[in-house]
Amino acid sequence: MLRLEGLAKTYPTGTKALAGLTLDVEAAEIVAVVGGSGCGKSTLLRLVAGLGRPSAGRVLIDGEPIAAPHPAVGIVFQEPRLLPWRSVARNIGFGLAHLPREEREARVAAALARIGLADHARRWPRELSGGQAQRVALARALVAQPRVLLLDEPFSALDAFTRADLQEHLLALWADTRPTLVLVTHDIEEALVLADRVVVMQPHPGRVAAVLPVDLPRPRAPGTAAFDALKGDILAILGPIRRTVAAVAA
Amino acid sequence: MSALEGLIAPAQEGAEKRALPARARRFGTLRLFVLGAVLPLGAALLWELAVRAGLASGRLMPPPSTILATLVELARSGDLALHVKATLARVAAGFALGVAAGTLLGMLAGASGLARALIDPSLQGLRAIPSIAWVPLFILWLGIFEASKVTLIAVGVAFPIYLGTLGAILSVDRKIVEVGRSFRLTRLQLATRILLPAVLPHYVVALRAGLGLGWMFVVAAEFMGASEGLGYLLVDGQQLGKPAQIVAAIVVFAVLGKLTDALLVAASAPLLRWEDTDSHAAAAREG
Repeated sequence: MLRLEGLAKTYPTGTKALAGLTLDVEAAEIVAVVGGSGCGKSTLLRLVAGLGRPSAGRVLIDGEPIAAPHPAVGIVFQEPRLLPWRSVARNIGFGLAHLPREEREARVAAALARIGLADHARRWPRELSGGQAQRVALARALVAQPRVLLLDEPFSALDAFTRADLQEHLLALWADTRPTLVLVTHDIEEALVLADRVVVMQPHPGRVAAVLPVDLPRPRAPGTAAFDALKGDILAILGPIRRTVAAVAA
Repeated sequence: MSALEGLIAPAQEGAEKRALPARARRFGTLRLFVLGAVLPLGAALLWELAVRAGLASGRLMPPPSTILATLVELARSGDLALHVKATLARVAAGFALGVAAGTLLGMLAGASGLARALIDPSLQGLRAIPSIAWVPLFILWLGIFEASKVTLIAVGVAFPIYLGTLGAILSVDRKIVEVGRSFRLTRLQLATRILLPAVLPHYVVALRAGLGLGWMFVVAAEFMGASEGLGYLLVDGQQLGKPAQIVAAIVVFAVLGKLTDALLVAASAPLLRWEDTDSHAAAAREG
């Protein structure tokens, strides 16, 4: 459904953020992309979102190549990035300006109820906690009913309780319309809790080191033998990469 | 560790927010106002008493009662209204022209790097010239009457507006603009739905700075020959040796400057309710 074909990105500074990355993601699949900093995970997401142009290769959605932000693709960033001059409700409805008012308001109201913030509709973003703001950002992306939702380390700035709460929330929201999810994270446990497949990336230049299926029943939590075994596998792949990077840097 | 941070962080944040407006909390808004008035009112009262007691003549620095009497006389004869109207009209015209020019140039320079490279160096160069230095040229070009006065005020107002507009546009958060792009906004939609509201707080500050300069330059403009206006009252007071009239005009300037600034702030306040400032945090705590 989502196909990345030989995707490469070299920045004007000469940094090779991505080199020849190919990946197929199926409809309604949840893929987590993990790796250390500088391995091109965020670059990858920006290319799929149409916020950057690849130096080579292409991004296809249902066979259609995309070069600019696409209506079928939504994105949630590491920070909520709410517009501070819009109320919570009007932030959620931001991407729905093309819809008739009644439908827009109905969708926003449903989304607000879904994220448990119905009584915050008229608040300003500055009045929200970090977790609430990120839930609003999720709702803003989801009300546009994207077929692909990209998440760029969406919970990394939150504390552990809020993060676990939002991971659960994300799965519940995902179940409503079952979009394809591509989640970039540096948290291996988060990847294993959420994803059907984990893509491990390595830097210099950014490329895929391994792809691991996660065949565990949901809900998942760290501590079970199978979960920890998978975590060990990923760490085993990342370990040598980290050492090589350190050696190159030295 | 991070779980612990989650528990501690909100408490710290709350403490910080409480500490910030400590001044206002300790004294209360009304008491702050009274405290601020103690010095000027006390000085005025002392001077009045000193003159009445014969300790000072009050010839060059008239006591408050004389200034008040002068103001009342000016008001009753209709002169005050005449002069205030003339000065207000000049400030309004000059401010409007200056704001229009500064905003347009700032938007142009902010919207395109090419335009910025073309006009910014020249404008920065012109800005380095003290605006009063233009006066002789403006008089030669535009004559001694209204046109040269309004132009001088407009030139003085335009630069801070230009700088404020350009600076505000350039400092708009790239991350917020990206949200707009990810929702496929056109350039025009980006400008109206993201840039305009994002720029507004800085722009209001620039307008206030510009208005302040407008009041400054109207005096300079009226010094260069005027038969009416508050600046004329100042010159007239000096030439005829009427210090009370000079101080009265100064008081009127202060009141008008403060009033027009307050008007600007009040007009923009409904558009800026969303700002994450300490005054909002204080208002939320108290009411």
